[in-house]
Amino acid sequence: MCDQTFMAITFGPCDNCSTTSPLMNIYIKNEPTNYCSFCVEMMACQGLLKGETLASLKNESESLKKKLEEERAKLHDVELHQVAEKIEVVSALSIKTRRVLKGHGNKVLCMDWCKDKRRLVSSSQDGKVIVWDGFTLNKEHAVPMPCTWVMACAYAPSGCAIACGGLDNKCSVYPLSLDKNENLAAKKKSVAMHTNYLSGCTFTNSDMQILTSSGDGTCALWDVESGQLLQSFHGHTADVLSLDLAPSETGNTFVSGGCDKKANVWDMRSGQNVQSFETHESDINCCRLYDLRADREVAVYQKDSIIFGVSSLDFSLSGRLLFGGYNDYTINIWDVLKGNRVSMLFGHENRVSTVKVSPDGTSVCSASWDNTLRVSRALGMPWLLVLYSLT
Amino acid sequence: MSGSSNIIAMKKVVQQLRLEASINRVKVSQAAADLQQFCLQNAHQDPLLTGMSSSTNPFRPQKVCSFL
Repeated sequence: MCDQTFMAITFGPCDNCSTTSPLMNIYIKNEPTNYCSFCVEMMACQGLLKGETLASLKNESESLKKKLEEERAKLHDVELHQVAEKIEVVSALSIKTRRVLKGHGNKVLCMDWCKDKRRLVSSSQDGKVIVWDGFTLNKEHAVPMPCTWVMACAYAPSGCAIACGGLDNKCSVYPLSLDKNENLAAKKKSVAMHTNYLSGCTFTNSDMQILTSSGDGTCALWDVESGQLLQSFHGHTADVLSLDLAPSETGNTFVSGGCDKKANVWDMRSGQNVQSFETHESDINCCRLYDLRADREVAVYQKDSIIFGVSSLDFSLSGRLLFGGYNDYTINIWDVLKGNRVSMLFGHENRVSTVKVSPDGTSVCSASWDNTLRVSRALGMPWLLVLYSLT
Repeated sequence: MSGSSNIIAMKKVVQQLRLEASINRVKVSQAAADLQQFCLQNAHQDPLLTGMSSSTNPFRPQKVCSFL
Protein backbone atom coordinates (compact mmCIF):
# COMPACT_ATOMS: atom_id res chain seq x y z
CA MET A 1 0.00 0.00 0.00
CA CYS A 2 1.56 3.27 -1.06
CA ASP A 3 1.10 6.14 1.35
CA GLN A 4 0.41 9.26 -0.65
CA THR A 5 1.43 12.76 0.43
CA PHE A 6 -1.17 14.81 2.20
CA MET A 7 -1.32 18.14 4.00
CA ALA A 8 -1.29 17.60 7.75
CA ILE A 9 -2.68 20.28 10.03
CA THR A 10 -2.06 18.32 13.21
CA PHE A 11 0.95 16.39 14.46
CA GLY A 12 0.72 14.20 17.49
CA PRO A 13 -0.32 10.81 18.83
CA CYS A 14 -2.81 8.93 16.66
CA ASP A 15 -6.19 8.24 18.32
CA ASN A 16 -5.97 4.60 17.24
CA CYS A 17 -2.37 3.37 17.44
CA SER A 18 -0.82 6.17 19.55
CA THR A 19 2.25 6.57 17.36
CA THR A 20 3.31 10.18 16.98
CA SER A 21 2.99 11.21 13.33
CA PRO A 22 1.22 13.68 11.04
CA LEU A 23 -2.51 13.19 11.57
CA MET A 24 -5.51 13.33 9.27
CA ASN A 25 -8.65 15.00 10.68
CA ILE A 26 -11.53 12.70 9.81
CA TYR A 27 -15.09 12.20 11.03
CA ILE A 28 -16.21 8.78 12.27
CA LYS A 29 -19.98 8.70 12.89
CA ASN A 30 -19.99 12.53 13.09
CA GLU A 31 -17.27 12.54 15.76
CA PRO A 32 -14.06 14.32 14.78
CA THR A 33 -10.98 12.14 15.30
CA ASN A 34 -7.36 12.26 14.31
CA TYR A 35 -5.81 9.17 12.75
CA CYS A 36 -2.39 8.67 11.27
CA SER A 37 -2.41 7.85 7.59
CA PHE A 38 -1.64 4.16 8.15
CA CYS A 39 -4.66 3.69 10.41
CA VAL A 40 -6.88 5.45 7.89
CA GLU A 41 -5.79 3.00 5.18
CA MET A 42 -6.32 0.01 7.50
CA MET A 43 -9.76 1.25 8.48
CA ALA A 44 -10.79 1.75 4.86
CA CYS A 45 -9.85 -1.81 3.98
CA GLN A 46 -11.57 -3.25 7.03
CA GLY A 47 -14.75 -1.53 5.87
CA LEU A 48 -14.67 -3.60 2.72
CA LEU A 49 -16.40 -6.92 2.73
CA LYS A 50 -14.76 -9.96 1.20
CA GLY A 51 -13.97 -9.44 -2.43
CA GLU A 52 -14.94 -5.77 -2.55
CA THR A 53 -12.58 -3.40 -4.24
CA LEU A 54 -12.96 0.11 -5.52
CA ALA A 55 -13.76 -1.26 -8.97
CA SER A 56 -16.45 -3.64 -7.74
CA LEU A 57 -18.06 -0.85 -5.69
CA LYS A 58 -18.06 1.39 -8.74
CA ASN A 59 -19.76 -1.33 -10.77
CA GLU A 60 -22.33 -1.90 -8.10
CA SER A 61 -23.13 1.82 -7.89
CA GLU A 62 -23.56 2.03 -11.67
CA SER A 63 -25.90 -0.96 -11.75
CA LEU A 64 -27.88 0.35 -8.77
CA LYS A 65 -28.30 3.72 -10.47
CA LYS A 66 -29.57 1.99 -13.61
CA LYS A 67 -31.95 -0.14 -11.58
CA LEU A 68 -33.28 2.97 -9.81
CA GLU A 69 -33.97 4.65 -13.13
CA GLU A 70 -35.76 1.56 -14.45
CA GLU A 71 -37.91 1.25 -11.34
CA ARG A 72 -38.84 4.91 -11.51
CA ALA A 73 -39.60 4.70 -15.22
CA LYS A 74 -41.87 1.68 -14.77
CA LEU A 75 -44.25 3.74 -12.71
CA HIS A 76 -44.35 6.60 -15.17
CA ASP A 77 -47.61 5.56 -16.77
CA VAL A 78 -49.19 8.98 -17.19
CA GLU A 79 -48.36 12.70 -16.87
CA LEU A 80 -49.92 14.84 -14.13
CA HIS A 81 -51.39 17.33 -16.56
CA GLN A 82 -53.07 14.50 -18.48
CA VAL A 83 -54.82 13.34 -15.32
CA ALA A 84 -55.81 16.96 -14.66
CA GLU A 85 -57.33 17.56 -18.09
CA LYS A 86 -60.85 16.88 -16.93
CA ILE A 87 -60.92 19.38 -14.08
CA GLU A 88 -61.99 22.99 -14.42
CA VAL A 89 -59.54 25.67 -15.33
CA VAL A 90 -58.61 28.07 -12.53
CA SER A 91 -60.90 31.07 -12.84
CA ALA A 92 -59.27 34.42 -13.47
CA LEU A 93 -57.38 35.47 -10.38
CA SER A 94 -57.63 39.00 -9.11
CA ILE A 95 -54.57 39.00 -6.90
CA LYS A 96 -53.25 42.50 -6.40
CA THR A 97 -50.65 44.15 -4.21
CA ARG A 98 -52.37 45.59 -1.16
CA ARG A 99 -49.43 46.73 0.96
CA VAL A 100 -45.91 47.87 0.22
CA LEU A 101 -43.53 47.68 3.18
CA LYS A 102 -40.76 50.24 2.86
CA GLY A 103 -38.01 50.77 5.36
CA HIS A 104 -35.08 48.55 4.57
CA GLY A 105 -31.97 50.36 3.42
CA ASN A 106 -30.82 47.66 1.07
CA LYS A 107 -31.90 44.41 -0.64
CA VAL A 108 -34.44 42.39 1.31
CA LEU A 109 -33.14 38.84 1.29
CA CYS A 110 -35.63 36.82 3.27
CA MET A 111 -38.96 37.05 5.05
CA ASP A 112 -41.25 34.90 7.14
CA TRP A 113 -44.84 35.15 8.35
CA CYS A 114 -45.89 34.91 11.97
CA LYS A 115 -48.60 32.36 12.82
CA ASP A 116 -50.92 35.26 13.75
CA LYS A 117 -51.16 35.92 9.96
CA ARG A 118 -50.45 39.62 10.24
CA ARG A 119 -46.89 40.01 11.43
CA LEU A 120 -43.84 39.45 9.26
CA VAL A 121 -40.13 39.41 9.85
CA SER A 122 -37.74 40.41 7.08
CA SER A 123 -33.98 40.56 6.84
CA SER A 124 -31.80 42.61 4.58
CA GLN A 125 -28.35 43.09 3.13
CA ASP A 126 -27.93 46.18 5.30
CA GLY A 127 -27.76 43.93 8.36
CA LYS A 128 -31.16 44.85 9.80
CA VAL A 129 -33.97 42.50 10.72
CA ILE A 130 -37.38 44.20 10.95
CA VAL A 131 -40.61 42.85 12.42
CA TRP A 132 -43.62 44.46 10.70
CA ASP A 133 -47.34 44.54 11.35
CA GLY A 134 -48.63 43.76 7.86
CA PHE A 135 -51.99 45.46 8.35
CA THR A 136 -50.84 48.82 9.71
CA LEU A 137 -47.35 48.91 8.14
CA ASN A 138 -45.97 49.57 11.62
CA LYS A 139 -42.39 48.53 12.25
CA GLU A 140 -42.65 46.79 15.59
CA HIS A 141 -39.02 45.88 16.10
CA ALA A 142 -35.76 46.58 14.30
CA VAL A 143 -32.73 44.49 15.23
CA PRO A 144 -29.28 45.36 13.96
CA MET A 145 -27.18 42.30 13.16
CA PRO A 146 -23.39 42.34 13.44
CA CYS A 147 -23.03 41.15 9.85
CA THR A 148 -24.37 42.24 6.48
CA TRP A 149 -26.26 39.89 4.14
CA VAL A 150 -28.68 38.43 6.62
CA MET A 151 -29.81 35.68 4.29
CA ALA A 152 -32.22 33.82 6.48
CA CYS A 153 -34.85 34.75 9.01
CA ALA A 154 -37.70 32.90 10.64
CA TYR A 155 -40.56 33.61 13.03
CA ALA A 156 -41.06 31.28 15.98
CA PRO A 157 -44.41 29.42 16.05
CA SER A 158 -45.33 31.15 19.31
CA GLY A 159 -44.66 34.58 17.83
CA CYS A 160 -42.34 35.35 20.72
CA ALA A 161 -38.99 35.09 19.01
CA ILE A 162 -37.25 35.42 15.69
CA ALA A 163 -34.19 33.67 14.33
CA CYS A 164 -31.81 35.05 11.74
CA GLY A 165 -28.35 34.59 10.32
CA GLY A 166 -26.20 35.01 7.27
CA LEU A 167 -22.55 35.77 6.63
CA ASP A 168 -21.76 35.44 10.33
CA ASN A 169 -22.12 31.63 9.87
CA LYS A 170 -24.44 31.55 12.86
CA CYS A 171 -28.14 31.43 13.52
CA SER A 172 -29.15 33.68 16.42
CA VAL A 173 -32.47 33.74 18.23
CA TYR A 174 -33.88 37.03 19.57
CA PRO A 175 -36.80 36.88 22.00
CA LEU A 176 -39.30 39.62 21.11
CA SER A 177 -40.42 41.73 24.00
CA LEU A 178 -43.49 43.93 24.23
CA ASP A 179 -41.37 46.76 25.61
CA LYS A 180 -40.44 48.89 22.61
CA ASN A 181 -37.51 50.49 24.35
CA GLU A 182 -35.80 47.28 25.19
CA ASN A 183 -32.59 46.60 23.31
CA LEU A 184 -33.29 43.34 21.51
CA ALA A 185 -29.71 42.92 20.39
CA ALA A 186 -28.63 42.48 24.01
CA LYS A 187 -30.79 39.40 24.46
CA LYS A 188 -29.38 37.63 21.43
CA LYS A 189 -28.74 33.93 21.74
CA SER A 190 -26.39 32.19 19.30
CA VAL A 191 -27.81 28.81 18.51
CA ALA A 192 -26.26 27.40 15.36
CA MET A 193 -22.64 27.42 14.28
CA HIS A 194 -21.70 26.48 10.75
CA THR A 195 -18.42 26.71 8.91
CA ASN A 196 -19.90 28.77 6.10
CA TYR A 197 -22.77 31.21 5.54
CA LEU A 198 -26.26 30.43 6.79
CA SER A 199 -28.62 30.16 3.82
CA GLY A 200 -31.86 29.12 5.52
CA CYS A 201 -33.37 28.61 8.93
CA THR A 202 -36.76 27.56 10.23
CA PHE A 203 -38.24 26.61 13.58
CA THR A 204 -39.67 23.11 13.76
CA ASN A 205 -43.10 22.67 15.30
CA SER A 206 -42.03 24.38 18.52
CA ASP A 207 -39.85 27.25 19.65
CA MET A 208 -37.34 24.76 21.00
CA GLN A 209 -35.68 23.50 17.86
CA ILE A 210 -34.24 25.16 14.78
CA LEU A 211 -33.32 23.60 11.47
CA THR A 212 -30.59 25.37 9.49
CA SER A 213 -28.99 25.01 6.08
CA SER A 214 -25.61 26.36 5.21
CA GLY A 215 -23.13 27.10 2.47
CA ASP A 216 -20.90 24.45 4.02
CA GLY A 217 -23.11 21.79 2.38
CA THR A 218 -24.85 20.55 5.50
CA CYS A 219 -28.14 21.02 7.29
CA ALA A 220 -28.42 20.78 11.04
CA LEU A 221 -31.02 20.53 13.79
CA TRP A 222 -30.28 22.50 16.97
CA ASP A 223 -31.74 22.80 20.44
CA VAL A 224 -32.45 26.49 21.05
CA GLU A 225 -32.08 26.47 24.81
CA SER A 226 -28.68 24.81 25.00
CA GLY A 227 -27.37 25.56 21.52
CA GLN A 228 -26.55 21.89 21.16
CA LEU A 229 -26.37 20.17 17.77
CA LEU A 230 -29.05 17.47 17.81
CA GLN A 231 -28.58 16.06 14.32
CA SER A 232 -26.57 16.91 11.26
CA PHE A 233 -27.42 16.03 7.69
CA HIS A 234 -24.58 15.30 5.29
CA GLY A 235 -25.06 14.38 1.68
CA HIS A 236 -25.08 17.49 -0.44
CA THR A 237 -21.88 17.97 -2.39
CA ALA A 238 -22.23 21.76 -2.66
CA ASP A 239 -23.83 24.71 -0.83
CA VAL A 240 -27.33 24.05 0.49
CA LEU A 241 -29.44 27.07 -0.39
CA SER A 242 -32.89 26.31 0.95
CA LEU A 243 -34.93 24.03 3.12
CA ASP A 244 -38.55 23.38 4.04
CA LEU A 245 -40.28 21.19 6.63
CA ALA A 246 -42.97 18.66 5.81
CA PRO A 247 -46.31 20.26 6.65
CA SER A 248 -47.76 17.59 8.90
CA GLU A 249 -47.50 18.14 12.66
CA THR A 250 -46.23 14.64 13.27
CA GLY A 251 -43.99 14.76 10.24
CA ASN A 252 -40.32 14.19 10.75
CA THR A 253 -38.98 14.96 7.34
CA PHE A 254 -37.71 18.00 5.54
CA VAL A 255 -36.37 18.74 2.09
CA SER A 256 -33.24 20.71 1.20
CA GLY A 257 -32.08 22.07 -2.14
CA GLY A 258 -28.49 22.70 -3.04
CA CYS A 259 -26.08 23.99 -5.66
CA ASP A 260 -25.38 20.37 -6.60
CA LYS A 261 -28.80 20.54 -8.37
CA LYS A 262 -30.26 17.99 -5.96
CA ALA A 263 -33.31 18.13 -3.77
CA ASN A 264 -32.83 15.77 -0.83
CA VAL A 265 -35.50 14.53 1.55
CA TRP A 266 -34.19 13.81 5.07
CA ASP A 267 -35.46 11.96 8.11
CA MET A 268 -34.94 14.36 11.04
CA ARG A 269 -34.51 11.71 13.67
CA SER A 270 -31.94 9.50 12.01
CA GLY A 271 -30.18 12.06 9.82
CA GLN A 272 -30.68 9.73 6.89
CA ASN A 273 -31.17 10.97 3.35
CA VAL A 274 -34.29 9.05 2.36
CA GLN A 275 -34.89 10.33 -1.17
CA SER A 276 -33.01 12.40 -3.67
CA PHE A 277 -34.17 14.14 -6.85
CA GLU A 278 -31.79 15.35 -9.48
CA THR A 279 -33.38 16.40 -12.76
CA HIS A 280 -32.61 20.09 -12.77
CA GLU A 281 -30.18 21.13 -15.47
CA SER A 282 -27.85 24.06 -14.78
CA ASP A 283 -29.28 27.21 -13.25
CA ILE A 284 -32.88 26.92 -12.33
CA ASN A 285 -35.30 28.82 -14.57
CA CYS A 286 -38.10 26.34 -14.27
CA CYS A 287 -39.97 24.82 -11.34
CA ARG A 288 -40.27 21.08 -11.00
CA LEU A 289 -42.74 19.07 -8.98
CA TYR A 290 -41.53 15.79 -7.49
CA ASP A 291 -43.99 13.34 -6.02
CA LEU A 292 -42.49 11.64 -2.96
CA ARG A 293 -44.56 8.48 -3.17
CA ALA A 294 -43.96 7.97 -6.88
CA ASP A 295 -40.35 9.01 -6.29
CA ARG A 296 -40.05 11.00 -9.49
CA GLU A 297 -40.63 14.29 -11.19
CA VAL A 298 -44.27 14.65 -12.21
CA ALA A 299 -44.48 18.17 -13.60
CA VAL A 300 -42.33 21.00 -14.92
CA TYR A 301 -43.44 24.62 -14.89
CA GLN A 302 -41.66 26.59 -17.55
CA LYS A 303 -42.19 28.77 -20.58
CA ASP A 304 -39.85 29.72 -23.40
CA SER A 305 -40.50 33.36 -22.65
CA ILE A 306 -39.16 32.95 -19.12
CA ILE A 307 -35.40 33.13 -19.27
CA PHE A 308 -34.61 34.24 -15.75
CA GLY A 309 -34.14 31.98 -12.79
CA VAL A 310 -36.53 31.31 -9.93
CA SER A 311 -35.22 32.25 -6.53
CA SER A 312 -38.08 31.19 -4.32
CA LEU A 313 -41.48 29.53 -4.43
CA ASP A 314 -44.47 28.63 -2.28
CA PHE A 315 -47.78 26.81 -2.67
CA SER A 316 -51.20 28.27 -1.94
CA LEU A 317 -53.21 26.65 0.84
CA SER A 318 -54.94 24.03 -1.30
CA GLY A 319 -51.81 23.35 -3.30
CA ARG A 320 -53.47 24.31 -6.56
CA LEU A 321 -51.42 27.47 -7.12
CA LEU A 322 -47.65 27.76 -7.15
CA PHE A 323 -46.13 31.21 -6.66
CA GLY A 324 -42.63 31.62 -8.04
CA GLY A 325 -40.42 34.66 -7.52
CA TYR A 326 -38.20 35.27 -10.54
CA ASN A 327 -35.07 37.27 -11.25
CA ASP A 328 -36.93 39.23 -13.95
CA TYR A 329 -38.71 41.10 -11.11
CA THR A 330 -42.04 39.29 -11.53
CA ILE A 331 -43.97 36.59 -9.72
CA ASN A 332 -45.48 33.91 -11.93
CA ILE A 333 -48.49 32.00 -10.65
CA TRP A 334 -48.75 28.44 -12.00
CA ASP A 335 -51.61 25.97 -11.96
CA VAL A 336 -49.97 23.01 -10.22
CA LEU A 337 -52.21 20.35 -11.74
CA LYS A 338 -52.53 21.54 -15.31
CA GLY A 339 -49.03 22.96 -15.62
CA ASN A 340 -49.89 26.29 -17.23
CA ARG A 341 -49.23 29.81 -15.99
CA VAL A 342 -52.38 31.37 -14.58
CA SER A 343 -51.28 34.89 -13.79
CA MET A 344 -48.40 37.23 -13.07
CA LEU A 345 -47.73 39.79 -10.36
CA PHE A 346 -45.79 42.91 -11.25
CA GLY A 347 -44.55 45.77 -9.17
CA HIS A 348 -41.11 44.96 -7.89
CA GLU A 349 -38.26 46.97 -9.35
CA ASN A 350 -35.60 44.37 -8.82
CA ARG A 351 -35.24 40.62 -8.29
CA VAL A 352 -37.72 38.86 -6.09
CA SER A 353 -35.74 37.08 -3.40
CA THR A 354 -38.42 35.36 -1.32
CA VAL A 355 -42.09 34.49 -1.82
CA LYS A 356 -44.22 33.15 1.05
CA VAL A 357 -47.92 32.50 1.45
CA SER A 358 -49.40 33.51 4.81
CA PRO A 359 -50.38 30.74 7.29
CA ASP A 360 -54.11 31.24 6.64
CA GLY A 361 -53.57 31.31 2.87
CA THR A 362 -55.13 34.73 2.36
CA SER A 363 -52.06 36.67 1.31
CA VAL A 364 -48.74 36.18 -0.39
CA CYS A 365 -45.75 38.30 0.56
CA SER A 366 -42.79 38.90 -1.72
CA ALA A 367 -39.43 40.34 -0.68
CA SER A 368 -37.19 41.92 -3.26
CA TRP A 369 -33.81 43.44 -3.98
CA ASP A 370 -35.64 46.74 -4.52
CA ASN A 371 -35.61 47.15 -0.69
CA THR A 372 -39.37 46.58 -0.31
CA LEU A 373 -41.82 43.85 0.55
CA ARG A 374 -45.22 43.56 -1.09
CA VAL A 375 -48.25 41.83 0.37
CA SER A 376 -50.77 40.71 -2.24
CA ARG A 377 -54.25 39.42 -1.83
CA ALA A 378 -57.11 38.15 -3.96
CA LEU A 379 -60.42 39.94 -4.27
CA GLY A 380 -63.70 38.24 -4.84
CA MET A 381 -65.51 41.02 -6.58
CA PRO A 382 -63.24 43.72 -7.95
CA TRP A 383 -66.01 45.85 -9.45
CA LEU A 384 -67.55 46.51 -6.03
CA LEU A 385 -64.34 48.27 -4.94
CA VAL A 386 -64.57 50.62 -7.90
CA LEU A 387 -68.10 51.56 -6.81
CA TYR A 388 -66.90 52.39 -3.29
CA SER A 389 -64.24 54.73 -4.56
CA LEU A 390 -66.67 56.60 -6.80
CA THR A 391 -69.22 57.42 -4.11
CA MET B 1 -4.99 9.13 1.19
CA SER B 2 -6.98 9.60 -1.94
CA GLY B 3 -7.29 5.82 -2.35
CA SER B 4 -8.88 5.24 1.04
CA SER B 5 -11.12 8.29 0.95
CA ASN B 6 -12.36 7.21 -2.49
CA ILE B 7 -13.28 3.82 -1.07
CA ILE B 8 -15.06 5.35 1.90
CA ALA B 9 -16.92 7.74 -0.40
CA MET B 10 -17.89 4.95 -2.80
CA LYS B 11 -19.14 2.77 0.05
CA LYS B 12 -21.36 5.63 1.17
CA VAL B 13 -22.70 6.11 -2.34
CA VAL B 14 -23.44 2.39 -2.73
CA GLN B 15 -25.15 2.21 0.66
CA GLN B 16 -27.27 5.24 -0.19
CA LEU B 17 -28.24 3.79 -3.56
CA ARG B 18 -29.17 0.45 -1.99
CA LEU B 19 -31.43 2.33 0.40
CA GLU B 20 -33.05 4.34 -2.34
CA ALA B 21 -33.57 1.31 -4.57
CA SER B 22 -35.49 -0.50 -1.85
CA ILE B 23 -38.21 2.06 -1.09
CA ASN B 24 -41.82 1.36 -2.05
CA ARG B 25 -43.06 3.38 -4.98
CA VAL B 26 -46.52 4.25 -6.20
CA LYS B 27 -47.59 4.67 -9.82
CA VAL B 28 -47.72 8.23 -11.15
CA SER B 29 -51.39 7.80 -12.08
CA GLN B 30 -52.20 6.99 -8.48
CA ALA B 31 -50.06 9.79 -7.11
CA ALA B 32 -51.49 12.28 -9.61
CA ALA B 33 -55.04 11.28 -8.72
CA ASP B 34 -54.30 11.83 -5.02
CA LEU B 35 -52.69 15.22 -5.71
CA GLN B 36 -55.72 16.25 -7.74
CA GLN B 37 -58.14 15.09 -5.06
CA PHE B 38 -56.30 17.02 -2.35
CA CYS B 39 -56.30 20.22 -4.41
CA LEU B 40 -59.98 19.98 -5.29
CA GLN B 41 -61.07 19.10 -1.76
CA ASN B 42 -59.28 22.09 -0.30
CA ALA B 43 -59.99 24.50 -3.13
CA HIS B 44 -62.92 26.22 -1.48
CA GLN B 45 -60.80 26.95 1.58
CA ASP B 46 -58.08 28.60 -0.46
CA PRO B 47 -58.61 32.38 -0.36
CA LEU B 48 -55.99 33.11 -3.02
CA LEU B 49 -57.76 30.78 -5.41
CA THR B 50 -61.36 31.80 -4.83
CA GLY B 51 -60.92 35.37 -3.71
CA MET B 52 -62.40 36.88 -0.58
CA SER B 53 -65.20 39.34 -0.15
CA SER B 54 -64.11 42.91 0.42
CA SER B 55 -65.70 43.21 3.83
CA THR B 56 -63.54 40.52 5.37
CA ASN B 57 -60.37 41.68 3.67
CA PRO B 58 -58.25 43.56 6.21
CA PHE B 59 -55.84 44.56 3.49
CA ARG B 60 -58.47 46.38 1.45
CA PRO B 61 -57.72 50.00 0.53
CA GLN B 62 -58.81 52.31 3.34
CA LYS B 63 -62.00 54.21 2.60
CA VAL B 64 -62.12 57.82 3.63
CA CYS B 65 -64.96 58.78 6.00
CA SER B 66 -66.36 62.25 5.97
CA PHE B 67 -68.79 63.88 8.36
CA LEU B 68 -71.86 65.24 6.69
